[in-house]
This record gives sequence, structure tokens and C-alpha cells, in this order.
Amino acid sequence: MLVVACIKQVPDTTQVQIDPVTNTLIRDGIPFIINPYDSHALEESLRLKDSHGFKAVALSMGPPNAEATLRKALALGVDRSILLSDRVFGGADTLSTSNVIAAAIKKLGEQEEVGIVFCGKQTIDGDTAQVGPGIAVRLGYSQLTLVDRIEKIDIVNRTIVVRRKLEGRYEVVEARLPAMITVVRELNRPRYPTVPMRLSSAKAQVECWSNDQLQLDVNSVGLKGSPTWVSRIFSPERKEGEIIGDGISDPVGAASLLLDRLVDGDMLAV
Amino acid sequence: MELTLFTALLTVSLATFAFSCYRRLSLVTVGRSEHRFDRPVDRLKEMLVYAVGQKRVVSRPFGLNHGIIFWAFLVLALANLEFLVSGIAPALSFALLPAPLHGALLLLFDACSLAAFAAVVIAAVRRTAWPPFDGARTFEAYFILSMIAILMLAYFGLNGVRIAQGVLPSTSATPVSNLVAGLLQATPAAAHLETAGNIFWWIHAVVLLGFMNFLPYSKHMHILTAIPNVFLRSMGKCNTQERETFLEGNSFGAATLEQLSWKDLLDSFSCTECGRCQQSCPAASTGKQLNPRQVIHALKENLLKNGGVMAKLSGDRAAERQISLIGSGENGSTRDAALWSCTSCGACMEVCPVFIEHLPKIVKMRRHMVQMEATFPVELLNLFENMEQRSNPWGMAPSERSKWSSQLNLRPFEAGETEYLLFVGCSGAFDARNKQVSVALTRVLDAAGVSYGVLGKEEKCCGDSVRRLGNEYLFDQMAKQAVQQFVAKGVAKVITQCPHCFTTLKNDYRQYGLELEVIHHSELINDLLKTGRLKTDGSGDVGRVVFHDSCYLGRHNDVYDAPREALTMATGREPLEMGRNRGNAFCCGGGGGRMWLEEHEGTPINRNRVQEALAQQPEMICVSCPFCMTMFEDGIKELTGTNAQVRDIAEVVALSLQPSLLPPSSS
Repeated sequence: MLVVACIKQVPDTTQVQIDPVTNTLIRDGIPFIINPYDSHALEESLRLKDSHGFKAVALSMGPPNAEATLRKALALGVDRSILLSDRVFGGADTLSTSNVIAAAIKKLGEQEEVGIVFCGKQTIDGDTAQVGPGIAVRLGYSQLTLVDRIEKIDIVNRTIVVRRKLEGRYEVVEARLPAMITVVRELNRPRYPTVPMRLSSAKAQVECWSNDQLQLDVNSVGLKGSPTWVSRIFSPERKEGEIIGDGISDPVGAASLLLDRLVDGDMLAV
Repeated sequence: MELTLFTALLTVSLATFAFSCYRRLSLVTVGRSEHRFDRPVDRLKEMLVYAVGQKRVVSRPFGLNHGIIFWAFLVLALANLEFLVSGIAPALSFALLPAPLHGALLLLFDACSLAAFAAVVIAAVRRTAWPPFDGARTFEAYFILSMIAILMLAYFGLNGVRIAQGVLPSTSATPVSNLVAGLLQATPAAAHLETAGNIFWWIHAVVLLGFMNFLPYSKHMHILTAIPNVFLRSMGKCNTQERETFLEGNSFGAATLEQLSWKDLLDSFSCTECGRCQQSCPAASTGKQLNPRQVIHALKENLLKNGGVMAKLSGDRAAERQISLIGSGENGSTRDAALWSCTSCGACMEVCPVFIEHLPKIVKMRRHMVQMEATFPVELLNLFENMEQRSNPWGMAPSERSKWSSQLNLRPFEAGETEYLLFVGCSGAFDARNKQVSVALTRVLDAAGVSYGVLGKEEKCCGDSVRRLGNEYLFDQMAKQAVQQFVAKGVAKVITQCPHCFTTLKNDYRQYGLELEVIHHSELINDLLKTGRLKTDGSGDVGRVVFHDSCYLGRHNDVYDAPREALTMATGREPLEMGRNRGNAFCCGGGGGRMWLEEHEGTPINRNRVQEALAQQPEMICVSCPFCMTMFEDGIKELTGTNAQVRDIAEVVALSLQPSLLPPSSS
């Protein structure tokens, strides 16, 4: 049985800056990282591999350079890493992205039964939290979002019990397999790759699937299959801060100066 | 009859002794190869100073006592040689020598035997009343002392009998033996001198040969291995770790004997169990699991249990059979928590009288845990990810690295245009408190007209913490990038304000073919003050200042005087010293990657050191390292009743500068 982790390579948002003229992200020289929530999805798939004997597959849609992230997944221990990359997939919104990923999972399912698909609860670049649910809907899988604990997996009866972390409460849910699960950070603590695994993953094969393999209608993928698009991106303006007082030699004075400033600016009002 | 018996006994004893030594010492060949025979003349010199001269041994209380036993034994080796030779060939003895020489030798032997006997008694009293560490009162220890005492007594008894019999001349040359002779003659034993002589002779013979055969199986083995161990010591400072080659199929770090070097294994046979390492260890002395003596002892235990098996088997079969060096703390293993407690301060190696290298072994075992098992304290996951992705320990955006200097108008480093690269370091660039040190340092440098530039946002973490924590793979990547960057920019001279950057750029990057002239800011400031390029107006007196040595500046790189001299010039008075200072300084607790780990066990190391500093009733504690700064500031916050401030040396000097020389303030 397969467990699929959907992972996305995202620009390290702490380092992203926006081009003030074109209103687009300046991606030059910005390192890419695995979407932090996805690293927990990946970790959980590896844990199921260890505990239940699932075969773990990492899946990512993105440009060819997303291979680096998939290679890292191999270093962490997934059995297969598959990159979904094609020019026609470019410019995709969440709908057409989920079309492509769902098609890939379906194709995987033709070879071996898919039990669980893990996604991060959202990505740190798009922040939509829509792709996971989109995949579930398109595949007809149970949809379990915001999961922070897997309570039980019953492979014989094809059921799963999970705990969802909601605002102010938990919800324990039982569902049928196959299921799509989006995960929160509290689910687990991601592992760190061993050096032998890093070295062997450097040579391992990251499979690349284009639309030749998936055979999707080009009008349902990429920009053409996207009913939404980003029209403008900008960072909110923020005034330059200032240093007041001298916290080292006069911490008391600095604190009272700060307090005065806050009171004057009416910033302490409740 | 007796002659035959003794000849047989001696032959058997020598054979079993040789066999025991061979069997034990050959175990070290299980270890990897390591070249330790370069610079033989220097090695000999070191051996004479530290092994024969006992330089480190005598530097501590009761060390002189050991020195006396050791030197006495060197002399008595001659007497014992004569004893053994004349045992099988009675005609051959020192009596053949000219009388004055013979007399002199007898006096020497008499005096040395007395000295050794007295020292052994003192040692026994000391071990009983003031044991060097808990658990030092072992049967083995007292047994060894008793053996030596019996040898000395038997020697006096034998010589006393010979004098009483008139075999040896009764001269003033042998006062103790004469005394014994007198005593013998005054007792009924006088009638049985022959028998008494025989008894003393046989006691001496049996104890000597028995003791010799006991040596290889006891901690007293060090009398065979310690001297060669000093000869084979690391000739440079043991302030870096060796590189690893990252090829598939290699194993990384050490969890088994064959992953250590033969010298690592020889170290374990050289340990005298004096306990000095654990007394000086900041982890051991604040209740952590780490005990450097135990790490070495566990290695020896492991070697004795596994070494024989290892030597016979090979490959996977050997691997299956052996007990890991990292484990429960039993059976020749060290607990992982102990290995993670090490601050890499180097105090253990600084005090070890026989130059055992503890730190490289600890880092090797950490390397195994990080690189082969990916097991480490949870806090380190973020650290490693942050270092790998953003090249700083906190995961701050690299674009923020130059923010501290946004109002300072610093020059970018350019070869030819700027003399020095000011390598700010992660703490100096990101940590709120240490950013103030960076600003103070630039003021000092500007006041002295030093030509320097910075890398700004392009600067990356040097990788010190990840290397000491055992993530050599990541360090290797970071070092390669840094070296490439330095070479491309033509960097030759570097100022660092962090001793960790200092040692890494200076000592670790050398392994990557980069020879930099690295100077710590305290050294540079001292030079600037001495040469008059930096002038103080004497207004820098900030009261009582106590100076804390950073391990990586002091112990690991021998910079002790520069910060003290600079402080003296800047403040007009010599800094106060803590009880443990310079080479014996106590770590702040932040080295070896401990800066990024919680301190769950025992009492905080920084509190221990802060209290030691406060005992001098200072108005200011002066540090020269950003980690020490953080550890002291954190430690002092927890204590009440003190107004002492923690300042970096650059800040103290900046305070003392003539205001007219200061560049316009940025704030």
C-alpha cells in the first residue's frame, strides 16, 4: 500500500523581497526550502513506512529545480520521488494544481493501491490551504484536514482515526481509506537525514512526469485551467523604526522613555 | 638450588610480562592509522619536559608527590636491574664498581627508596583523606601503593642485613640501611641474619616480579604507556578536528573501536585515573553526566572486551560482535547525554599530565550520532536547518545580516582597498546585545584609523558550532563555501570579535588550504594601544574589572595577555583575576554548540562562573566572546545583589577613548 506525501518547494519567505516596479517576487538568489508544513506531511509518511510497512512516495509539482527538494525527500527515506513538471502545468492556481496532482496519484494507484495522501495544511507562499482538499475531492478520498495526531490505522478494514486540531477544541474523526490528510506542525517532529542517505540520494533517480504521462486536457491544467490568478503582489508599507534611549547603561530610563512614547501615541489603549 | 629457582622464575615472569604487554598493546592496532611520528626531535623534547620532567604532574597539589615516586623509580630501576642480574649471576653486582662510585650509588638508592616510601605513605593518606574523586579509594589503588611500599621496605631490610653481615660496608652513605642494620643487630634476628636476608631477598624478588606482571592488567599500565603517549601527543594545539571524506560507503564518526585511531586507543591505556580532567570539566563539576575520565575508561573497557574479537574477525562479523562505544554507560560505552554535555572547552586536555586527547574522541562520537543515526537533542534540528538554509543559528534572514550597521556607513571589503576583513560573525550581526559590541568595535577601529571592510549580507556563518556538534557534513559544505568566498575576494587578514570565528577561520579553514592571518579584536586593540595609534585619555576607569578568559581565545589559542594588557591600558589598572584563570579558566558553558542546547542536568555552568567572577566584587565583568557575553548576562540576571555589568573588551576600550577622537556617534 502506498502513502503519498505531497510536498512543495517554496521560496524561503523570510528572504523574499518584492520588486517594487513589477510587483513580482524577486526570486534571484533566494534559496528554496521545502514548505515547512509539508515537511511534517513527509515525516508522517516516513513514519507509516516504518510502522506499517507502507511504501512512501514523495510527489511535487513545480519547475525542474524542484528536484532538489525531492532529492532531500529521498535522503530522508522515501522509496520514490516524483516531480510533476511540464510547461503546460505552469501558472497554475490551486484548482489546476490539484487536477495535476490528483491525476498523478490516480496513475500511481494503477500500479499499487494508495492508502493515504498527506499534504501540509497550507503553503507559506500561497497560504490558500486549498490544494489538499482539492486533491481529495477530485479523487473521491476521505478528507481530513488540520490533523495533529493519527490515532489508529486499520488496514484490514480500511479505516483511519485521526485527531483534528481546531480552534479551541480537538475533533476525533474516523474515516474510510483512502484518505487525504492535511497536517499541522504538532503532528510530529521531522527527522534529519543521515549522511549515507544524503550521499546515496545524490545519485538516486528523481522521476519526472510530464503531461505525456498524465495525458490531461491542456485546458484543465496550468494557466489555462486556472480560473484565478494573482493580479498584484505587494508588501505593506512600514515606517522605519528608531532606537530610543540607551538600554545598556540606563535601562530604567529607556523603559520609561518607551512607556512615554507608547502613552503619547495612544498605543496602549485596550 | 635458589639460583635455579630464581632463574626459572625470572624467565617465566619476563615471558609472561612480555606476552601480557604484547596482548594488551597489540589491541590498539584495531584502530585506524594515524601519523604521529613527525618532528621526532620536538617530540623527544616534549617527552623530556612533560614525561621525564613531569611538568604538568607537579603543577597541581600532590603532583610533586607523584614526581618523587616517578623520579625515585627511574633511579631505582638501576638498583632493581642489579638485583635481577645478580639474582642469576651473583658475581655481577655494583660491588664491582670502584668503592666511591658504589658508595654514591648506595646513598642514592637509599635516599630514593626512603623518598619513594614516604611519598607512597603520603599518597595513601591523601587518597584516604582527600580522594581526587569519588570512587578513587579502590582496592587496586591501595594494592599498587602497598606493593611499592613493600618493595622499599624489603630493600631496606635486605641492605640492613647485608650491612649487619658485613657484606656491604657500613658507611655514612646508607643512613636508612644502617639504621635497619642497627635495629636488626639489637633484636633476636641478629642470630638469624642469613635467614632474614633470604626472606627479604625473596619478598623483594616475588613482589618485584609479581608487580611487573600485574602492571599490564591495571591502571598502573600507565608507567609503560604514559611516556610514549607524551611522545606521540598532538604536536599542535588540539583545537580542531580532522576532516572526513564524504564518499558513499564510508562511515562517519566513531561508534566502534576500529573507527577510532590507534592513538585514541593508546590514550585509554595511558590514563592514570588521576581525576584531574573531571575536576576541571565544567560539565562534570556542575552535575552533568559527562565525566572525561569515564569516557577514557569506558574506551579502555571496550577495548579489553572487544579488541581481541575485533582483531580476529573482520568486516561485518566484527561489527556484529562488538559493543558500541555509545550506549547505556555500562560495558565500555558512554551515554549520549554525556557526550552532548561537552562544551569543548579543552580543560580536560589542558590538565591531563599524559596528554590524552578527550575532545577529538567526543566529537567523533557526536559525529556518529549526528551523521549515521541522525539522533541528537531536539533543539539541534532547528539549528542544523537554520545553518544549512540561512547560514546563521537563529534562522534569521540573511538579508538582515548587515542591519546592525545600517547607520554606520561601513566599507565593503575590497582587496587592495581595505587591509582587513572585519568578520562580524552571527552574534555580532544578529544578537541584540552583541550588535552593540560590533558598533563599539567599529568605533575603536575608526578611532585608530584601521583600514577594514565588511562582507555585509554576503557574510556567512563560519560553522564552528556545527563542527563541534559533530555535523561534519554540514561544516564541510559551509567551510568550502567560505573558503571559496575568501579566496575569490582576496581576503588575507581578518579581524574577528568572536573567538569561535577566530579559531575556525584560523585553524579549521587551514585544513581546506586557506591560510589566513586572523587576529582577534582584543589582540588588535592591544597592538593599537601599544603603538599609540589608539589613545586613551585615562577616563576609562570603570572601577573593579574582572576578566574572563574565553576558552577558544585562551586555552585553544593561547591568547591570554593581549586582552589583559589592553584592559590595563584602557582602564588604568590591571584587571582582577578569578581563581581559575588563563589555562585553568572555567568555561561559560556556551562552547561546543552548548550555546544552542538547553541545560537540563545539574546546575547551570554559567551560574558557577558568574558566582566565581562576583567573588571578586567587580563593578564590571569583561569578556571577549559573544557566547560568554550571553552566558554571563543570562547568569547574572538570575542572581540578585549585584550591579556588575558585563561588557566586551571593545566596549571597555571604546569608553576610554578620547572623545575628540571618536567618530560622530551613530545614535
